Amino acid sequence: MSLQATTWQTVGPYFRIGLAHLNCIEMAPEGTPGERVTVEGSVLDGSGIAVPDAVIEVWQANADGEYAANVAVNTSVPVFTGFCRVPTDDGGRFRFSTVRPGQVPGPAGQMQAPHLAVRVMMRGLLRDLATRMYFPGEMTARDPILQSVPAHRRGTLIGSDVPGRKGTVVWNIEMQGERETVFLDY
Amino acid sequence: MKETEGRSQHVAVYRSYYPGTQPDHLHTPYASSVLRAPKQPLVRIPQTIGEVTGPTFSPSLVSAATADLTRQPGGEALGQRIVVSGRVLDENGTPVRHALVEVWQANSCGRYLHDGDRHDAPLDPNFTGTGRVMTDEHGRYQFETIKPGAYPWRNHYNAWRPAHIHFSLMGPAFVTRLVTQMYFPGDPLLPYDPIFNCTADEKARNRLISTFDWEKVRPEYALAYKWDIVLRGRNETPFED
Repeated sequence: MSLQATTWQTVGPYFRIGLAHLNCIEMAPEGTPGERVTVEGSVLDGSGIAVPDAVIEVWQANADGEYAANVAVNTSVPVFTGFCRVPTDDGGRFRFSTVRPGQVPGPAGQMQAPHLAVRVMMRGLLRDLATRMYFPGEMTARDPILQSVPAHRRGTLIGSDVPGRKGTVVWNIEMQGERETVFLDY
Repeated sequence: MKETEGRSQHVAVYRSYYPGTQPDHLHTPYASSVLRAPKQPLVRIPQTIGEVTGPTFSPSLVSAATADLTRQPGGEALGQRIVVSGRVLDENGTPVRHALVEVWQANSCGRYLHDGDRHDAPLDPNFTGTGRVMTDEHGRYQFETIKPGAYPWRNHYNAWRPAHIHFSLMGPAFVTRLVTQMYFPGDPLLPYDPIFNCTADEKARNRLISTFDWEKVRPEYALAYKWDIVLRGRNETPFED
């Protein structure tokens, strides 16, 4: 049997009504093993204006580099599942806390540098956009997926440490322009 | 880390979307895509373990109450009651079991319970427009709601969205995510709607339209519509590194 996948449609401006029940700002409840980190940034449109009606979703491995696909997301039991849904605020900003993921296997047995798989949705986007946020560090230089991205655009996929704010990584999502974020197709 | 080191990457790959069946990000008749759609081409990457796995969801996220949008503790919503049901399958025809389905919609007057909705139509104190269900062993889902109204938006002169229900599904992997909209048969607004018409393939577009489901109609109570959903499926061709 061969069917075709259903067509995407935009999340529109009112997705909060259906999606907010899974909004999360703390992915890793107290006691989750690993190095704690807060990720924050803004979503910016083609004129550099903040997007107040975007929602991003994150999927990541735990600190040991394992995906917790067998740990169900349950809003009444705080547990690390590796999944997080975060809308932007009125100023187009997003922020969530987690633990830094471990390395995970990649193509041909090479290891991938610690990263978040990210999906971006908003009014104005007829379907989702996939991207990644890598944690800053020398491992990004050897990451097999980053190697497939044109060198001058790789930086858009790597978060930045903030001087004086240990444990915070800043990463913006820019829809267009000089620093347009690399969006992925798979 | 030890467990993953040296493990070769034999992940089964999900099929690419059939050409023409998904919207482009830029669709100029939909005005707000112009500053929000990327200008650079997407970068193709192989599917790795993080793409072919995904979150699972506790059954406690759904209940009889989340499957019935027609009533609130204070009373019953106004409008035409409908039963919406169907199956969630993958591209290979396999039912997607225990999949979380999130839905949201306008009320019968075409108004969303949302601060951003300025349409001058009444809110209904007994309608939130939020629902959640999970598919069963056969991939079936079902919920009861009120038929949503059409509503104006400012995309172009005299722009009205056809009646629709928003659907959000995760499926088994990060790559199987789907957010879409279900429409109603015979809606005269469909030919004018740039969101419905954003997809090149006409058959793919028309699959977004539910069908009237006489067999599920509840006599003296509610009409019924049927709508099946297909998520990306794994490539059935054996694949080697």
